Amino acid sequence: MIRFMAFRIARAVITMFLVLVIAFVTLRLSGTPFEFMYPEGITAEHLAALEAKYGLDRPWIEQFWTYLSDMAQGNFGRSLYTSVRVWVMFADRMPATLAVGGLALLLAIMAGIPLGACAALYRASPGARAGMGFAFLGYAIPHFVIGIGLILFFGYYLRALPTTGLTTPQHYILPVVTLAIPMIAAIARFMRAAMLDAIGHAYVNTAASKGLTDGQVARGHIFRNALIPLITVLGLEIAGLLNGSIFVEAVFSLPGVGRVLVDAVEGRDFPVLQFGLIAYALIVVLVNLLIDLAYVIADPRIRLEG
Amino acid sequence: MADATFVPARIRLDTLSLSSAGLLLIIALGIAAPLIAPHDPNATNLLARSQPPVWMEGGTWAHMFGTDNIGRDLLSRCLYGIRTSFGIATLGLIFSAVLGVALGLISGLGGTWVDRIMMTITDVFITLPNLLLLLCGIALLGTDVWVLVLMIGLIRWEAYARLVRGQVLALRAEGYVEASRALGGSTFRIAVRHILPNLASPLVVILTLSFPGVLLMEAGLSFLGVGVQPPTSSLGRMIGDGRDYLINAWWISGIPSIVIVTITLLFQLIGDALRDRIDVLTDG
Repeated sequence: MIRFMAFRIARAVITMFLVLVIAFVTLRLSGTPFEFMYPEGITAEHLAALEAKYGLDRPWIEQFWTYLSDMAQGNFGRSLYTSVRVWVMFADRMPATLAVGGLALLLAIMAGIPLGACAALYRASPGARAGMGFAFLGYAIPHFVIGIGLILFFGYYLRALPTTGLTTPQHYILPVVTLAIPMIAAIARFMRAAMLDAIGHAYVNTAASKGLTDGQVARGHIFRNALIPLITVLGLEIAGLLNGSIFVEAVFSLPGVGRVLVDAVEGRDFPVLQFGLIAYALIVVLVNLLIDLAYVIADPRIRLEG
Repeated sequence: MADATFVPARIRLDTLSLSSAGLLLIIALGIAAPLIAPHDPNATNLLARSQPPVWMEGGTWAHMFGTDNIGRDLLSRCLYGIRTSFGIATLGLIFSAVLGVALGLISGLGGTWVDRIMMTITDVFITLPNLLLLLCGIALLGTDVWVLVLMIGLIRWEAYARLVRGQVLALRAEGYVEASRALGGSTFRIAVRHILPNLASPLVVILTLSFPGVLLMEAGLSFLGVGVQPPTSSLGRMIGDGRDYLINAWWISGIPSIVIVTITLLFQLIGDALRDRIDVLTDG
């Protein structure tokens, strides 16, 4: 188990290092910020003086080191437009993104797992077929189309739910559901396949023939074994959830990080983008580490290894 | 008469053939857009702003799918949008497949250490938030169509590399590969002559399966306003621009949404049917 976790932690560190390299290269390829700060142009001596002042004339390796140590000290740079520290910009916006994303994740797990499990156990029933039909749809339709559909139906046709911003608890319903639907569909589809796979194994027959009830077999032998591959899929879906949140925030005009990022692309505000890349990657990496821990808990075989 | 002996295989009307036919029809419409579009997709007509589609009250046959907020014909814009989206997605997919196949071959044939490094990179790559990478790339290189193709290719190679590597490892043990090596065939020759031809059919399946993802990537970026730029029509951009008019004119966003959903659903149906027939994705 210790070896397993050590390996995973090493991988997380490599991932973050790679992200930092990509972020650094992006930032440096974008040119010096001085072109941006002096649109009317500056003299060569002035530019050289500025580059010397900010260390941009040093070798790349040295610059990369400076950049890493700046980060370690919590210095992530400032927006080229507003001169606000980028981490402050994100700290303002992150709570909304995390709240909607976290709720969507919760909803997706709580709805997707039972949906997929029931669809596998009662695979001949019309209910299961309808459920998988829904999952099929949810899997194929992008977030922004789901969001617009829900706004039209619940917001404008039924006039039942608010459609922009996050001021009251009701405001959370549509964005969270929109973000969750593709994930519910993905989890349900995967869970169904994993359950069907587990049902085919000999140990299920063994369990049934030694006299366990259907419920006991379903819970202890089929469900438990299907959960393990699902955990891996969850890790991959987290990145999808973060991607989706950018679209959902655009559709519902939420005060999250998505807007900041899209604006940063349009304005070529690289310090902001670079921080966004690092922050999102860090979330994905941390969640994946947690998932690895969950793995250890769900699968005793890993615990007993090495 | 050689032709007389030719008996065409009976085409079954199942999900696969029907959805393939539907998809081919949509692609044909996109390709033929300049010939069949009833209006110039960028011609504005301020007298016919926000006209509803023909089946709604106030709709006319002149604008079957209605018009947008500055009076552009939605049917024509959708046809051109299909053209743009399929064009970018196809080129991006080809680029990513070439990249993925090359890296997969290197990984599978390059020996233990090369393989280990490559697999670590693909493992790491799959956990990265790829939309953020796309956004950084676009901010860096601009929103040119070729930049989108390039970035999509750079983002999506991972699945192909993994598939190819898995197949290479399986094929490497085949007798004809060993025979070729024994006869002095170079690694490159083995890769091109013996391994690549065997990869064709699983690759076709996985390319079909990943096409909608690529299409939606372009649509999503355009929806956010950082993908295809006006005046080129793009389905994603149409949906994004129509957002402000949802309350009075749902069709400006709604019609392109329906088109996109139809396309991805057809792909999904084809993909599921193919997956049932050729089970290439569960191994490796």
